Amino acid sequence: MDFRDSPAEAEFRTRLRSWLATNNPGLPASSTADEYWAGQAAWHQALYGAGFFALSWPTEIGGHDLPSVYDVILDDELAAAGAPPRPSIGYLVQGLLRHANEDVQTRFLPGLVSGRERWCQGFSEPDAGSDLASLRTRAERSGDDYVITGQKIWTSYSDVADWCLLLARTDAEVPKHRGLSAFVVPMRRPGIEQRPIRMINGITTEFGEVLFEGARVPAANMVGEPGEGWRLAMTIVSHEREPGELGYVARYRKLVKGLTELVGRDPGEWSEEARRDLSWAIVESEMLRLHVCRRLSERLDGVSHGPEGSVDKLLMTWVEQAVGHAALSVGSRVDDADDSWLKVYLYSRAQSVMGGTSQIQRNLVASRILELPSE
Amino acid sequence: MDARARGTGLGELMDTRLSPEQISLRDATTAIVDRFGPKTVQALDDVERRGGLEAAGTGSGWYELRTADASGQPWASAVEAAIVAEELGHGLADIAFLGPTLAAELRRLAGTPAAPSLETVGLVADLSGLAVQSDGHVPTSAIGIDGRGAHAVLVLSPLGGGFELVSGEAGPTMPEPVDLTRPSVSIKSGSAVGVVPGQNQALRDEDLARWTALALALCSADLVGAMRGAVTLACEYARSRRQYGAAIGSFQAIQHLLADAHVLTEGSRSTALHAAWAVDALEADEALVAASVAKAYCARAARTVCETAIQVHGGIGNTWECLAHLYLRRSLHSSDLLGGVGACLTRIQGHHGIGGSHGLP
Repeated sequence: MDFRDSPAEAEFRTRLRSWLATNNPGLPASSTADEYWAGQAAWHQALYGAGFFALSWPTEIGGHDLPSVYDVILDDELAAAGAPPRPSIGYLVQGLLRHANEDVQTRFLPGLVSGRERWCQGFSEPDAGSDLASLRTRAERSGDDYVITGQKIWTSYSDVADWCLLLARTDAEVPKHRGLSAFVVPMRRPGIEQRPIRMINGITTEFGEVLFEGARVPAANMVGEPGEGWRLAMTIVSHEREPGELGYVARYRKLVKGLTELVGRDPGEWSEEARRDLSWAIVESEMLRLHVCRRLSERLDGVSHGPEGSVDKLLMTWVEQAVGHAALSVGSRVDDADDSWLKVYLYSRAQSVMGGTSQIQRNLVASRILELPSE
Repeated sequence: MDARARGTGLGELMDTRLSPEQISLRDATTAIVDRFGPKTVQALDDVERRGGLEAAGTGSGWYELRTADASGQPWASAVEAAIVAEELGHGLADIAFLGPTLAAELRRLAGTPAAPSLETVGLVADLSGLAVQSDGHVPTSAIGIDGRGAHAVLVLSPLGGGFELVSGEAGPTMPEPVDLTRPSVSIKSGSAVGVVPGQNQALRDEDLARWTALALALCSADLVGAMRGAVTLACEYARSRRQYGAAIGSFQAIQHLLADAHVLTEGSRSTALHAAWAVDALEADEALVAASVAKAYCARAARTVCETAIQVHGGIGNTWECLAHLYLRRSLHSSDLLGGVGACLTRIQGHHGIGGSHGLP
């Protein structure tokens, strides 16, 4: 067992650290200000261009084919520098790598990985949230195309996306899980309308709903086989539950670092409660860092994602919400004109819903790990 | 994209997995505890069974893990000691391990030979730190933790800017312990201290920081084991107990309690593994912070997890005969040893410059 860097890892860390010293764009914390999303694409491209992104992905799609533990180093250094977290696109990449044919992979993965093209994910619908398989958006064959009709919601980054990984029903005659297929849909086409949704912390550029009214997508843009949509969705959501795939450790540690610097200027000015909430946020975020180290090491045994993703999603949620509570306690003492910590807190409430609610994760842990009986 | 195809030899990568030898140690320890550990509360009174456990533990070298080799280094890393501690906690093993192991570590740090007979360490009455002698006697308020079978209790004595080790005679087992599996011993009344012979260096703050890190790491490992045991016990009950014509484990209300308990256990394990590694791998102050993070997380989690195990058992869980309270009691004791949640958070605050204190307990 060794949590330390090997010589090659240490060399990588040093190079990354010196690059970050002059290339940190100094954006606000993610998901707290519209300014963040305005600068995020440039950050993605800069990180990728310098060779510090897509570390563990195959070289054919623009990755570096390094072991997953390099992502731990990346997250460490991003947090230490107070830089933005790495782009959270790992779950899309994993979904396409696993399910898309070579043609689709070749056409789309390099643009996604490099940040040249931006993506959103069209899964949830107004009447299909936790019960995702009941979704009603239709894709009907018409010559060489499919015609899409329906409504998606909670679609992150839909306002800036060039492409949408869309889950739609292609066969209404079979049981609900088997009639779904996935498509890479171009967003800037007739028949697609995107509307922003304002979140409780006021940001408007992260969340959207998307209406499809006869939008056409080439049949060649289907990901996997007809009817493979549910399996693709499960691959994606299980990766969406892994903090190691999302790079959220860096996000939490950046927030904790900011709060620690704030309180550290004059600790006596802060209540015992605020300092205690902050020390729990430190403990929780450190737990997640170590947990990700452990999970990525387990991958060396060839252990891939499974129901453990639900364990990790719950841990990650508790961390985000502990950080949120620290932001609330500490931030409530900050000048009223600066409500950024309140925004951090308010955003943290979404973590127990997005990517599958905490209640759904508990169902999965109970049935698939603890093997408790079904009702 | 198979990770196994890449270079994965030790030292080539950050790698937090147990080595094959460590996995063997874990499996061997599990086998002993499975065979000789108490399966019921009544079995705590079975002296013959416990004798078997003690003999197997002695034969397996559990008491020598932190004794010094010829170069003064411990025979086994703290990771190995934590592996044993976790399995003992998991099986509610009712023999002394933590006490003798911490005594051996003190002797190693002081450069003195291994103990001639079983001994433990004496903590102050609230268990927050090592007791210190002042008047030629081991304070009678000192508590020889996890001292079943111990003949002697080690405490500190001021010497120059540091401390030397002195030892007093162990008294009888203390009545009505919180932890029914690891009773403490008192100090024999009027026991004059004897300087432990052969010490070649005074214990400095750095030594005590590293020693405290080991203590907290082993307690964290024990807590992880106890949590695993409590979750398993409660899941077994939830699968067999029927109400409304169905196993209660099929109800979401029960499933969600147990799922949270499992998740807390997994998060705890990640902190405890790191704390154990840090004892020998990091600078003493960094090791102490890593151990404090683990202890704070594990102690808070363990109380919730063990309370959940009692709740899932319903009325049965509130009876003396149900094993669930043994896990809770063991966890409460592990949490208190060398400082609980509050003391660990205070130390973390000190380290991060947000108040608190850096100090040793």
